[in-house]
Amino acid sequence: MNLIWVPLLPLLGTLVPLFSERFGRTACAWMTAILPAAALFIVLNHAPDILSGQTHFSSLPWIPALGLELSFRLDGLGLLFSLLILGIGLLIILYARYYLSSKDSMGRFYSYLILFMTAMVGIVLSNNILQLWVFWELTSISSFLLISFWSDKQDARRGARMALTVTGAGGLCLLAGVLLIGNLVGSFDLTVVLDHAVQIRNSSLYPVILVLVLLGAFTKSAQFPFHFWLPHAMAAPTPVSAYLHSATMVKAGIFLMARFYPVLSGTDMWFLIVSLTGLATLLLGAYFALFKHDLKGLLAYSTISHLGLITLLLGMDTKLAAVAAIFHIINHATFKASLFMAAGIIDHESGSRDMRKLNGLWKYMPYTATLAMVAASAMAGVPLLNGFLSKEMFFSETLHQSSLGSLSWIVPVLATCGGVFSVAYSLRFIHDVFFNGEPIDLPRTPHEPPRYMKLPVEILVALCLLVGVIPGYVIGSLLHSASAAVLQGIVPDYSLAIWHGFNLPLTMSIVAFIGGLIIYSNRKVLFQFHAQFPESDAKEVFERGMKMLMAGCRRVYEWLENGSLQRYLLLMFGFTIILLARPMMQLSDTAGIRTTIPADGVVITGAVLLVLGAFATVIWHRKRMIALLTLSIVGLIVSVAFARFSAPDLALTQLSVEVVTIILLMLALFFLPQKTPKESSPHQVMRDLGISAMIGGVVGTLCYALMTRPHSTISDFFIANSKTGGGGTNVVNVILVDFRGFDTLGEITVLGIAALGIFKLINRMRLYMPSGDERGRPWSSDRYPMILAVVSQLLLPLALLVSVYIFLRGHNMPGGGFIAGLITSVAIIQQYVANGVEFIKNRLKLNYQWLIGSGLLIATLTGMGSWLAGEPFLTSWFDHFHLPVIGEFELASAMLFDLGVYLTVIGATLLILANLGKLTTAERPKHKEEES
Amino acid sequence: MEMVYALCVGILTTCGIFLTLRGRTFPVVVGLTMLSYAVNLFLFASGRLSNEDAAVLQDSATGYADPLPQALVLTAIVIGFAMTAFTVILAMRARADLGNDHVDGRLPVQNEESPQKEKN
Repeated sequence: MNLIWVPLLPLLGTLVPLFSERFGRTACAWMTAILPAAALFIVLNHAPDILSGQTHFSSLPWIPALGLELSFRLDGLGLLFSLLILGIGLLIILYARYYLSSKDSMGRFYSYLILFMTAMVGIVLSNNILQLWVFWELTSISSFLLISFWSDKQDARRGARMALTVTGAGGLCLLAGVLLIGNLVGSFDLTVVLDHAVQIRNSSLYPVILVLVLLGAFTKSAQFPFHFWLPHAMAAPTPVSAYLHSATMVKAGIFLMARFYPVLSGTDMWFLIVSLTGLATLLLGAYFALFKHDLKGLLAYSTISHLGLITLLLGMDTKLAAVAAIFHIINHATFKASLFMAAGIIDHESGSRDMRKLNGLWKYMPYTATLAMVAASAMAGVPLLNGFLSKEMFFSETLHQSSLGSLSWIVPVLATCGGVFSVAYSLRFIHDVFFNGEPIDLPRTPHEPPRYMKLPVEILVALCLLVGVIPGYVIGSLLHSASAAVLQGIVPDYSLAIWHGFNLPLTMSIVAFIGGLIIYSNRKVLFQFHAQFPESDAKEVFERGMKMLMAGCRRVYEWLENGSLQRYLLLMFGFTIILLARPMMQLSDTAGIRTTIPADGVVITGAVLLVLGAFATVIWHRKRMIALLTLSIVGLIVSVAFARFSAPDLALTQLSVEVVTIILLMLALFFLPQKTPKESSPHQVMRDLGISAMIGGVVGTLCYALMTRPHSTISDFFIANSKTGGGGTNVVNVILVDFRGFDTLGEITVLGIAALGIFKLINRMRLYMPSGDERGRPWSSDRYPMILAVVSQLLLPLALLVSVYIFLRGHNMPGGGFIAGLITSVAIIQQYVANGVEFIKNRLKLNYQWLIGSGLLIATLTGMGSWLAGEPFLTSWFDHFHLPVIGEFELASAMLFDLGVYLTVIGATLLILANLGKLTTAERPKHKEEES
Repeated sequence: MEMVYALCVGILTTCGIFLTLRGRTFPVVVGLTMLSYAVNLFLFASGRLSNEDAAVLQDSATGYADPLPQALVLTAIVIGFAMTAFTVILAMRARADLGNDHVDGRLPVQNEESPQKEKN
């Protein structure tokens, strides 16, 4: 069956517990287990092929052009991990059924758990490194949800936050690394990446990539100095600790290193960073584990120590070390998960995890105690158990490596030290809990747990024994194929025999046992020694750090975001200057090689007028009416300029927009103060002038540099195809309604939305209505001058005729929907100005919102019309017809589209202006009433 | 010609930006309008200035003005109007609801003068 189902089934399974919760706890657990079990079944079906050395692929294209696809691969490494994840996951489901109390929401718990399972399976099966990263982040999120499952406890919340912050930050580093790798190789496909190993290692970016990927791996796998989150994640329910924080999630970092082992390893940098980090983590974890009084705390630090051991193995420069690492992954997962489950049972049945209270439990729960003791012995590395085998391999590899050059002898010595502590804390787990006198002040009298709660522990412990006694049969082929996947080639010869003769590794083991016994028996002295150090609580340190970070961010934020628009603009403009400075300096010559056109008298006159207008606007900007008048000079000159430089369409548009804009601003000015008070201090004015002159200078220079350089344009295509393809000779209009019709559709939509937004703003606006001008003179009583009214009424039909003419000829001559729409609007606004709102309301019954809506509808429907002919959206059509009297004429679908533009422009312009104008009349009577 | 044109664009940008940095809404709107003139002229210039080139296809034409920037600027002018309208109505609404026409919606506390006096 297809590989995609392996992550997909658990993903669907996240919903199952939510629905099945109502059928009772046992039913819920069983139903939850069905889909993961099915996924496990699929994996097992593939297993024989994989074990014989094949790799299975399966992918689902998503955006092939970008190389994005859902892609999965199942090789030896993936097989090993997915068996661990799904297998242990099923045991955890069974265990959690008995662990959770009736108060806990079982559906929610299982849901999170299965979500995590999906994410984890996704990581180990991904054949696309970006996709791997997405699943990677999903594990961080589901781990956050699971740690904070008992969200009413502060410990749980803090622990969850810490885990998410650390692993999330690492995830971001990993993303950066993954992107760099993808960029370097040109693909995110894992197979391609693995093929380009040499290229990556030789790249100058290799150190950066290595550090980023390792940061991701180290944070996830709780390597020193990022180890501190793991002990605090123990606030999670014990099934979560057993599953996520010992067997699977923390192994994701290890998996990542193993996955990229063929690509990134093999360099001195890799050996140094990975082995030293691993070694430090191994020692630190082993040492601190001994001093934890909390059962789960001990196991947490022991997990850190074993993760360090695996990392150290991956960082050694012998091929066999990688095999040992894989072997230890399996062994650690089995014995540590069972130990956590045993700790959970003890906690569950006795009500405490404090080893100072837990004593002599052998009498109360001998069966559980036996299981736990076997698992703990495996952890210590007692012969005939799986832990012994991988530990021997580890010791032997420490003797063979030469990562540290002449100082390489340190590694086996320190490894033995780690072994000593590992034996000591395992002894403590066994002796302190199950023997060593009687329990002290336990909340409950301990007893054996329910039958099926022990079953998962039994299975895992049985595995420990089986692997320990007959390793070759149980694990041989799986280990071999996983190692082959990691090494991407020939697996060196190794022997899984239990007895290798009396050699140095065995001596190291014996030393570790004797040393462990000595340390444990003298533990009182050691405890006193350790107690001298002030207890530093990582949680407090972390919270303090976070608080400082938040406060720092808030200060920066408040400095930037102080509520003053002037300041924002100043910062923005200032930043623009900084960004522009470098490229502008690199531009060696201002003038290009294009021949310039000599200036003539008309142009210079226009320019002088424009500059004078602009300066006048600035100088008199506090007298608003005058500023408005001088502004209109600038606008007029701009439209003349368009006409001068062969852009008649623009000139027409600018001219009509200018009229509408000035009317609009005048109307607005009626409601606003007529003068701007003098507020800016002289130095403020100088500063603003400086900044604006700098930007103006840059823009002017750019403009000049641009114009004096030759240009190649895509417009030749438009010019060549305008007549033949679009059926019009006015290329500008054909671009608007045909070539780039979709853009125009977007633009008129924006126009319509802006008009509606303005309509909404005007609605219910409560404004102060001045009854006279600034000097107190009342408004003229002659509101609608007779001559103006008559003339404009006479002009209306003419103006409408002109606009229709402009509209119709637009496809071939300057004009079109935009310009015609603006001309019509101006004609109607003139009627408003000359005759008043009342006059128009009785004569012109137009709903402008409807106008906008119908315009947009016509334009859109025209576009859809081409679907009828089986063409893509907005494909245009045109043809020439001949009528007896009129002669030849052309019909084009673009015309209909332009009609939509025309209507929208009229609707939008009039909706804005007519409603604003209405304010002056509709509220005036009310205002008088208020006065009287 | 190009020099004169670029000078005008530069001056319009300068004036526009200076006005947008003012503290009251109306000058800001005026500044934005002026800035949009400058932007439109700039965009238009990316098609290079043409003296006597034809704007419409015809058989006798020797060269054509670049139509693409023109089409872009045409819609930019219309959208620019909508933007000006929106900001000016927003300014009115702000005055109606907040009682002043300062861009921050509140009048500045008059303390900028005093520290200077103390210095003197």
